[in-house]
Amino acid sequence: MKDNSIKKVLMIGSGPIVIGQAAEFDYAGTQACRSLKEEGVEVVLLNSNPATIMTDKDIADHVYIEPLTIDVLERLIEKEKPDSILPTLGGQAGLNLAMALDESGFLESHNVRLIGTTALTIKKAEDRLMFKETMEKIHEPVAPSEVVHSVEDGLRVAEEIGYPVVLRPAYTLGGSGGGIAENREECTEILENGLRLSRVHEVLVEKCIAGWKEVEYEVIRDSAGNVITVCNMENIDPVGVHTGDSIVVAPSQTLGDKEYQMLRTSALNIITELGITGGCNVQYALHPESMEYCVIEVNPRVSRSSALASKATGYPIAKVAAKIALGYTLDEIKNAVTGKTYASFEPMLDYVVVKMPRLPFDKFITAEHTLGTQMKATGEVMAIANNFEGGLMKAIRSLEQHVDSLLSYDFSDLDDHDLHKLLHRVDDRRIWVIAEALRRGYSYEEIHNITKIDEWFIDKIKILVDMENRLKGESMNETLLREAKRIEFPDNVIARLTGYTEDEIAEMRDKYDIHAAFKMVDTCAAEFEAETPYYYSVFGSENESLGAFRDPAKKKKVLVLGSGPIRIGQGIEFDFCSVHCTWQFKKEGYETIIINNNPETVSTDFDIADKLYFEPLTPEDVKNVVDVEKPDGAVVQFGGQTAIKLADALEKMGVPILGTQQDDVDAAEDRERFDAILQETGCQRAAGQTVFTAEEAKKAAGELGYPVLVRPSYVLGGAGMRIAICDEDIDEYIGEINQIAQEHPILVDKYIRGTELEVDAICDGHDILIPGIMEHIERTGIHSGDSISIYPQRSLSAAAKQRVIDYTERLAKALHVIGMVNVQFIADGDDVYIIEVNPRSSRTVPYISKVTGIPIVPLATQIICGHTIRELGYEPGLQKEADYYAIKMPVFSFEKIKGADISLGPEMKSTGECLGIAKSFNEALYKAFQGAGIQLPKYKNMVITVKDEDKAEIVPIAKRFEDLGYRIFATHGTFKALSDGGVKCYQVRKVEQESPNILDLVLGHELDIVIDIPKEGAEASKDGFVIRRNAVETGVNVLTAIDTAKALATSLENKSSELHLIDIAKLDDNN
Amino acid sequence: MDAFLILEDGTVFKGTSIGAEKEVISEVVFNTSMTGYLEVLTDPSYAGQATVMTYPLIGNYGICYDDMESERPWLDAFIVRELSRMPSNFRSENTIQNFLKKNDIPGIAGIDTRALTKILRDKGTMNGMVTTRRYNGDALKDVLSKIKEYSVTGVVAKTTTKGVYVAKAENPDGTRYTGSKDPKRVAFLDVGAKRNIIRSLQRQGCDVTVYPADTTAETILSQNPDGIMISNGPGDPKENVSIIKEIKKLYDSEVPIFAICLGHQLMALATGADTFKLKYGHRGGNHPVKDLSNGRVYITSQNHGYAVDPKSLDPKVCEEAFVNVNDGTNEGLKYVGKNIVTVQYHPEACPGPKDSAYLFDRFMKMMEA
Repeated sequence: MKDNSIKKVLMIGSGPIVIGQAAEFDYAGTQACRSLKEEGVEVVLLNSNPATIMTDKDIADHVYIEPLTIDVLERLIEKEKPDSILPTLGGQAGLNLAMALDESGFLESHNVRLIGTTALTIKKAEDRLMFKETMEKIHEPVAPSEVVHSVEDGLRVAEEIGYPVVLRPAYTLGGSGGGIAENREECTEILENGLRLSRVHEVLVEKCIAGWKEVEYEVIRDSAGNVITVCNMENIDPVGVHTGDSIVVAPSQTLGDKEYQMLRTSALNIITELGITGGCNVQYALHPESMEYCVIEVNPRVSRSSALASKATGYPIAKVAAKIALGYTLDEIKNAVTGKTYASFEPMLDYVVVKMPRLPFDKFITAEHTLGTQMKATGEVMAIANNFEGGLMKAIRSLEQHVDSLLSYDFSDLDDHDLHKLLHRVDDRRIWVIAEALRRGYSYEEIHNITKIDEWFIDKIKILVDMENRLKGESMNETLLREAKRIEFPDNVIARLTGYTEDEIAEMRDKYDIHAAFKMVDTCAAEFEAETPYYYSVFGSENESLGAFRDPAKKKKVLVLGSGPIRIGQGIEFDFCSVHCTWQFKKEGYETIIINNNPETVSTDFDIADKLYFEPLTPEDVKNVVDVEKPDGAVVQFGGQTAIKLADALEKMGVPILGTQQDDVDAAEDRERFDAILQETGCQRAAGQTVFTAEEAKKAAGELGYPVLVRPSYVLGGAGMRIAICDEDIDEYIGEINQIAQEHPILVDKYIRGTELEVDAICDGHDILIPGIMEHIERTGIHSGDSISIYPQRSLSAAAKQRVIDYTERLAKALHVIGMVNVQFIADGDDVYIIEVNPRSSRTVPYISKVTGIPIVPLATQIICGHTIRELGYEPGLQKEADYYAIKMPVFSFEKIKGADISLGPEMKSTGECLGIAKSFNEALYKAFQGAGIQLPKYKNMVITVKDEDKAEIVPIAKRFEDLGYRIFATHGTFKALSDGGVKCYQVRKVEQESPNILDLVLGHELDIVIDIPKEGAEASKDGFVIRRNAVETGVNVLTAIDTAKALATSLENKSSELHLIDIAKLDDNN
Repeated sequence: MDAFLILEDGTVFKGTSIGAEKEVISEVVFNTSMTGYLEVLTDPSYAGQATVMTYPLIGNYGICYDDMESERPWLDAFIVRELSRMPSNFRSENTIQNFLKKNDIPGIAGIDTRALTKILRDKGTMNGMVTTRRYNGDALKDVLSKIKEYSVTGVVAKTTTKGVYVAKAENPDGTRYTGSKDPKRVAFLDVGAKRNIIRSLQRQGCDVTVYPADTTAETILSQNPDGIMISNGPGDPKENVSIIKEIKKLYDSEVPIFAICLGHQLMALATGADTFKLKYGHRGGNHPVKDLSNGRVYITSQNHGYAVDPKSLDPKVCEEAFVNVNDGTNEGLKYVGKNIVTVQYHPEACPGPKDSAYLFDRFMKMMEA
């Protein structure tokens, strides 16, 4: 029964998107908020991430986009006086905060209770010792382990447990310093290093279960003690690879009922003993050749896996967990999918779900590609099919990384010795390596012995490889084509292998009537009639989708294309835009259809659009949906590059693009056409040229004069963008981007140093509405997504500001924009240059919507539907500035990606963002730094090392840090510059010099900040790289841009004694 | 080789022949379990039926003979989307393809099992034929009328044990019983039993004497058992007229009784209640059942096409003890003034969740009392 004493609930979000904590918590949090509001509960929301849907004012009653710190949380509780906190739906970040407040007694003294799960339960699950004791009590096995503080103890424990052992240093970020030791020598080496890196000189020595099967169960328990499992999942990559980086299949494939039920019963026993009320995830290692298993980990909360389980089954875990927190029992909660049955059942799948991680190695070229216990993926894709091979093929082509089959990475030129070596390497391309090994006739056993991947999966890869050979070798016929489509070979791959054209393959499919059919995800394997239009495609089956049916109550059918996996450069912002666009179309009376493949997002929740197609976002897959649904139009301007890329294909299918036409998008991206438009409209841009080869690029650079900015056309997130300062840089750059498919020309521009500005505007074809102008703190040359962005801008001259408005208007009109447009500028005095124009929604739209209160996406959607700005009650032009400063701060995940260079440049590297919002600029800046986790000062020690050109500029900044009480360390050159400039500092030796040197200082765990400004261009100094990596891995804040350093000084100088919390949902009342 | 599934409503599915190449007419039912195909194949309750697995990938972990629920598969035909061409599991001793062939079970693969399931769900369980012959025109008409005529009969006699045997008590881990207490002596009436019911009793520390379905009550009671267990089994419960009479006598004795599935239905019929055929039955491992004694909901393993009609219950004789949360059908009874509990579902699991194993503990307590 519902507990009616719960009236006002505080939900804590998970903060900025970082590796390991991504969009899944926006999905879970949003669903939970809606679930609570449905029950009449007043919801207060705290999350520092402005790109989330949960921070919309219509999702919660009170919305605070404030740093996730104890101080903020305490103040918020004092201000809003909630009676309860629901801590288990905001990831680890939210859970940790709630626990800290519980432990300090703050919650008790303010009469706030944790609902869902008690603090004791959370401790039992998360405290290593208590967890071990709890598991022992109920006879659930865990891998034997012991904490040690010395090499001797470590070796003793390792010998007791038996090699191999896993060594995990405590409190090092990203599991750095740990590893697997096979023998005494390795163990000694890792222990020495691990103890040194650990802040508390502590290392956990644990039995190595690498190579065992990794299986997860998602379980739910209510307060009456009813327990169910929603789903189990099997990792194709055995224990040793983080589940977030593994290819995962649901349900498990190689477990018999005995194993399945053994682990299921164990999971239910664990959730019962822990007393969890809500969702929980239990991870197991199962010995591949016995019934022996052990519990790896329990997450007493909603997690990434539970988001996946929700999407894989249709069972809304977060929604149910929220209802359970309010006191409902499972048999009182309706199954929203069937509308008839109840939440107290276990979903049965009649399909296979394959999840693949989206890894960021395309952005971090220098990073190690190997996968281990530290998660590296920024996002993931999910595919549904009725056979495993098909699921894998669909997942591969959903990844948005230029792969469409097991042929996409070519290892055929490797000799057997090297291929063998590669098989031993656990990295993001392992399944492609296995495919190559199978092509060469390696036995399943041999591959299994090396990779420990179950032979069942290897056999499935072999089936795909066999099909490649059949397509290459046999003559095409109906049976072969049917079989190739059954296991989801896309037409383009079939065409490539058979020598036919894609159109010819499509014709053959028409002739033999081989078409995709859609099946429903209904939680119950068709046992009950379901009401949710949540579909996936298969070949060789009857179509279930009511695509042909037209709802007479709805005006038109509109297709909204999602944005695919979360990756650097295309984050959660685009899901925010897609969802709002869908909601607005619904309000306008349209029937809405979403296609997307990202299981972590709100857009793939089955109750967002009228219909959800969980499919890859390729032309062929989209066409399958179009053939069934026959939409009246499609919207591509909200789904980022993924959606924009599909516009041409949609037009070919005869689906009108709603809003700005594709030809105009092309005009904005085609250098020559765009130059013509600039000329025509009288907007200026930095001089530049379009080239195709390295020689042409060098010639262009010579004419323009170095430094130049080189980049491919058609990019998002600055993929492959570089500032070149010499010919060698250009050679190296061209070499790199040629590895990535390069169909489009390369742009070479004169690099102008100035202030970067950005505008998101809405155009109805006649009038234009500019919600505000944003300014970047970092000078040009740093990707806009990695820059600190300030709204409203502060440094423009009146003339320049007018120019920004004029240019935006002229360009929007010239490009016939209907809907959204994003324009980036460089301002240098009164001069304004256009950097680029994107006639689509951008990364900054969610944040600017929230601070200005202007619902940008809904407005743009209404414009697309034919309304005008004036008709909607807005005065065209630049809108009145808000009473607040809003500062968007990029957040990085560098510590997770070993080997990644963290220095900022034109290539985007941040994974997420947070917002600082306040009446004063300094307070906003302070909040933004706090939100990004830069909570200073701590030790008041810092290191400064800058390149020669910046030495003059760094002196006054260093002086400010000195005045703040910082002890400044510097290596020779910088030391001299600072000392000459009158800054007190200490000289340290360089990395290559004898110890103690700068590296020892970094590893001493007593540094707050490293300011390291590397040279521009490809020639990154080795020294700087080592310092930056080590600093990041030991949790030191590293700044690589001089403007960021200056901003941090400002923020620290102006630390407000008291933070003012601002309710975004009541912006007008906060005054 | 092509194979066909012809439903009595005229729907024909074309697929590939698996297992034995033989033609059978049977009652087509679907099971939604994602694991446990061998347990399904060897569950005697499927005698007279052709079973569709809704999970599309079957045979992934091969055949582990230890998991068989009886000495052979009983169903008439096996219908799947896809049989795994290569099993992988350390316990696997054979492939499902060989197993079906060896046991002369025909089947069909490669059909749209979801479409078939939806037909059965919407129109109700119906008869069908699995064949490798292609029927057209009049031949098809003849076949359809034959298919319509079919009904499941005589299946209890077919599946019950041929003679009495004793299964000795065991420790919970399956080793020979070493408990301090004397083993309870359970008389087990096999009307088509799954092995794991017997095994569950053995591991509770019971010596189980298994009797054929046609055993008289007198024979059973003459051995003075501590308790009586009536097993699951196939077919229409009402067909078992003489067995029902004997069960009435067992009811009249004071011996504690626990009955599962068909046993539950037979006890209800013996005491004056009625049973009816469900539209498409409950077969799978995810059915929520509420234990009315404590309000808790348990996820259960189920396999039944008939149910006891709660409207036919005489409150002086018995009351509902368990109900299905999804459709409200009866899932178990408690007999007034008697030491008798009967359930419609399968606390012995295999396949499916073991959450209701506590019912065996309850039976032990009933025998203690």
